[in-house]
Amino acid sequence: MNVPDDLLYAETHEWIKRERENVRVGITDHAQSELTDVVYVELPKKDRQANAKEAIAVVESVKAASDIYAPVKGTVVEANKALESNPALLNTDPFGEGWIFVLKIDNADDLKQLKDAAAYRKQIG
Amino acid sequence: MSESAQKRTPLYDEHVRRGGKMIPFGGWLMPVQYNSIVEELRVVRNNVGMFDISHMGQLIVDGRSAREWLNKMLTNNIDKPDVGSGQYTFLLNEHAGIIDDLIGYRIGEEKFLLVVNASRTDEDFAWLDRHRSHDVDLRNRSAEFGGVAIQGPRVVDLFHRLLGDDVDLPARNQIVDFKLERMSLTIARTGYTGEDGVEVFFSASDAPKFWNLVLEKGERFGIKPCGLGARDTLRLEMCYPLNGSDLSPERNPIEAGLGSFVDLTKPDFIGREVLLRTKKDGPREKLVPFRMKDKGPPPRPHYLVFDNGERVGEVTSGTLSPSLNWGVGMAYVSTPHAKIGSKIDIEIRGQKFPATIEKKPLYKKS
Repeated sequence: MNVPDDLLYAETHEWIKRERENVRVGITDHAQSELTDVVYVELPKKDRQANAKEAIAVVESVKAASDIYAPVKGTVVEANKALESNPALLNTDPFGEGWIFVLKIDNADDLKQLKDAAAYRKQIG
Repeated sequence: MSESAQKRTPLYDEHVRRGGKMIPFGGWLMPVQYNSIVEELRVVRNNVGMFDISHMGQLIVDGRSAREWLNKMLTNNIDKPDVGSGQYTFLLNEHAGIIDDLIGYRIGEEKFLLVVNASRTDEDFAWLDRHRSHDVDLRNRSAEFGGVAIQGPRVVDLFHRLLGDDVDLPARNQIVDFKLERMSLTIARTGYTGEDGVEVFFSASDAPKFWNLVLEKGERFGIKPCGLGARDTLRLEMCYPLNGSDLSPERNPIEAGLGSFVDLTKPDFIGREVLLRTKKDGPREKLVPFRMKDKGPPPRPHYLVFDNGERVGEVTSGTLSPSLNWGVGMAYVSTPHAKIGSKIDIEIRGQKFPATIEKKPLYKKS
C-alpha cells in the first residue's frame, strides 16, 4: 500500500499536505482500497469553518457513505470540483488528482497532532 | 457480536485465500467483495459469477401430512409444485408479519426442502417446531450442507463443460440431483440476481473441491467469485426484497407488493385473517421502487421520503445501481402517494433530492 513519506496522516485515513499556510487533504490509498468504487463525493463549501475532527465531506461507495474529517481547525479555501463529475479519481489517483479540499489552517502547531508516514503505516499494519 | 463469535462457512479459507474482504452478516463471516462490487456485478450481468450461499439454512419437512401441514405454515400453495419443483413463499406470524421469505422445494410426494435466510434459520426452525403436527418430521440440516449460487448468462455453457454436453440443467424453479466426481449435487434453477442461474447444494466437506472445480472449468467463460455486495446490488436492481431490510415482522407480504406469493383461497394458514383484511381495506403503506431524478448522492436505508414537504415514507434499500449508473432504491410509502410515476423527494443529509416511483424491475435486460 502506497504511503508517501512527505505527507502527514490522520487516524481517520486522510492524508495532509502542507502548502504554506494551507493544507491539501485527501484520503489515503488504504482508505480508497477499503471503500472501492467511489460513486459520489459531497464536497465542503468554500469559506466553511471547521474544527479538527469535524465531518466536512462525504465519500460514498456502492455499499456505504463515509465521512471525511477536517484534520485540523481551519477554513475551506478550495474544493476539488473535478470529483463531482469524476468521483473515481479517488480510486485511481488518491494522492494526486483525487485530492478533496484545501484548508487554511488556524494554527500551524495543530499539525503536530497528526501522524507521520511511519506512524500511519504502523496503524494500517 | 465479535468476529470470533461469527460462524465460518466451509468456503471461508477459499475466500480469504482469494482476497475476499470478510464481514459479519447474519451471524456469519462472509465476503462482501473480492476486488470491486461493480466489477463483480458486471461479471454476473455479462458472463457468470459464483457466490457462497453456504450460510443459508436448509430445513427438511417429511411425513404423511407434510403437505397439508406446510400449507398451514406458508402463504403460497404448496400443492401446486410437482415433485422436483419449488416456489417462493412466506412464513408469517399471527399478525401476518414476515418471519422469513424462502423457497420451498417439493423433493418427494410428502417431502420438502425449505431454503431459508441465514439469519432466520434458527428462528424459522423454532417457529415451525412449535407448530409442528405430530406426524411431521422436521430437521434442520443447515450445518451439513455447503452451497453456491452460480449466476449469469454463461451458466448453461459452464454446466455443459462441468457435467457434459448431453446433460441439461433443470428448468426454471426445478430441482435435480446430479453426481460429479463422487460429489452429490442438488441443483435448483433459481437465483437472486435477475440473470439465468442455479443454486447448488452439496455436502459441506465437498465445498472447497466443488468451488475450485467450478472456478477452474469456468475460467474460459470469465467466471469470478463474487461477494455479498454485488449480490445485494444485483437483487436491488431487480427489486427482489431483502429480509431484514425490506421485509420484517412489522410488514406483511401485501404491503411488500408480494401478494402473488400468497394464496388467499387456501382455507387456513397463519396470518390469513390479517391478510384478508389488508386486501379488503388496502395496505396503509406499500413497498415501491424509485429512481433519483438527477445525478447526486445515492439513496440509503432509513432516509426519509417526502411528498410536497409532507413525510410519506422511509427508504429500506438504496444504492447507486452500477447497471443503470443511477441512484435507485425501495421505500415504504403511504399508499395514496405510492403510485407509479409519482414524484417524491428523498431527504439526504438534510437536503431533499427529487425521485420518481417506478415499475418493477428497475433494471431490464436490453
